[in-house]
Amino acid sequence: MGLRPIADTSIFDLRASRRGFRLNRMCGSLCSPANREAFKQDEEGYLSRFGLTEAEKELIRKRDFAGMIHAGTNIYFMLKVGSVTGNSLYKMGAQMRGESYEQFLSSRNFKDAV
Amino acid sequence: MPSRIVGGLGLSHVPSVGVAFDRGRMQTPAWKPLWDAYVPVRDWLARLKPDVAIVVYNDHGAEFMFDKYPTFAIGVAERYAIADEGFGTRSLPEIRGDAEFSIHLCESLIAQEFDLTVCQELGVEHGFLVPMNLCFDSAHGWPVAAVPLQVNVIQHPLPSGRRCYRLGQALRRAVESHPGNLKVVVMGTGGMSHQLQGKRFGYMNAAFDEMFLDRLESDPEALSELSHQELMEQAGAEAVELIMWHVMRGAMSPEARRVHRHYYAPMTTGMGLITFEDAFEKEQ
Repeated sequence: MGLRPIADTSIFDLRASRRGFRLNRMCGSLCSPANREAFKQDEEGYLSRFGLTEAEKELIRKRDFAGMIHAGTNIYFMLKVGSVTGNSLYKMGAQMRGESYEQFLSSRNFKDAV
Repeated sequence: MPSRIVGGLGLSHVPSVGVAFDRGRMQTPAWKPLWDAYVPVRDWLARLKPDVAIVVYNDHGAEFMFDKYPTFAIGVAERYAIADEGFGTRSLPEIRGDAEFSIHLCESLIAQEFDLTVCQELGVEHGFLVPMNLCFDSAHGWPVAAVPLQVNVIQHPLPSGRRCYRLGQALRRAVESHPGNLKVVVMGTGGMSHQLQGKRFGYMNAAFDEMFLDRLESDPEALSELSHQELMEQAGAEAVELIMWHVMRGAMSPEARRVHRHYYAPMTTGMGLITFEDAFEKEQ
């Protein structure tokens, strides 16, 4: 029944979801404009509300998107922390691919469709 | 007269389309190919004049959090708010629901052993709204009522493709046992090939997507047997959203006629479009 690993791919299953529960809860909270503002005003203070481990906070401080995914953040939840920190999906994607943003864009069929 | 399904659509729900739409960019070279493909679809829908759209979609962390996560959930409200999924609330009219019709669907589907989570309050975001923007003009309010039908396509284990197809078949029986003489369209949203995380970020497979469109038309029940593993390996982890298209196809008759088809893959997602009409509709 279980899924087999796929190269260079993270599969968000219940084990990942358990692992990432605190991170995803923090990300989910960013659906409120007031919370986004609070994050921007005082990121450390905001992160301290969610029972995150020091390692989890460090992933966010470093904007380490591959690390966040590895720690169980769901991609759609990570988009919210990306948005509040000025990192678009494509910027996060370039980082996860180990490329510059420009390198990533040059690999697309029509890079203006952003 | 019983209600009936007059059309089915499979279409992608890429969030950047919502942004382009809100910024008036649908006529730019990057987006015009997609927008133009929907011109005949909107004409077709204007001719069909559906009363209700059942939108099979997934939430992306605006409404459902992982503290409790339903496999299938349905709205039974008179209205659905535009949700803030982390980027602000889009300036779109509230979605009009049809609570009585939704309640009938719940009664029928649960009697048919599809045990849905029933939602009296539900905000909707790009998974639902981008298909609505592409298919309907909301400048003077939405021309259809809608029923949101959300599927878990993000936290494995997911419902199987076959289960989704059968949900579509049950949905058809549910619609056809409703006495309200409503014309209904079913929209299966999401996909096509894409992967949004890992080193394989940006992966697309146009050949897979074209195959999926072919077989959705000609061989839909067998296509729904495609496993999540195969879907994710061949089309990217997030392509597994395509199981929501099986709900739509299951709700159409197997011999339904394909009306429109389009494919555009500019950035990181294969954006597919396919529409169906049941054969009998042509004679009416």
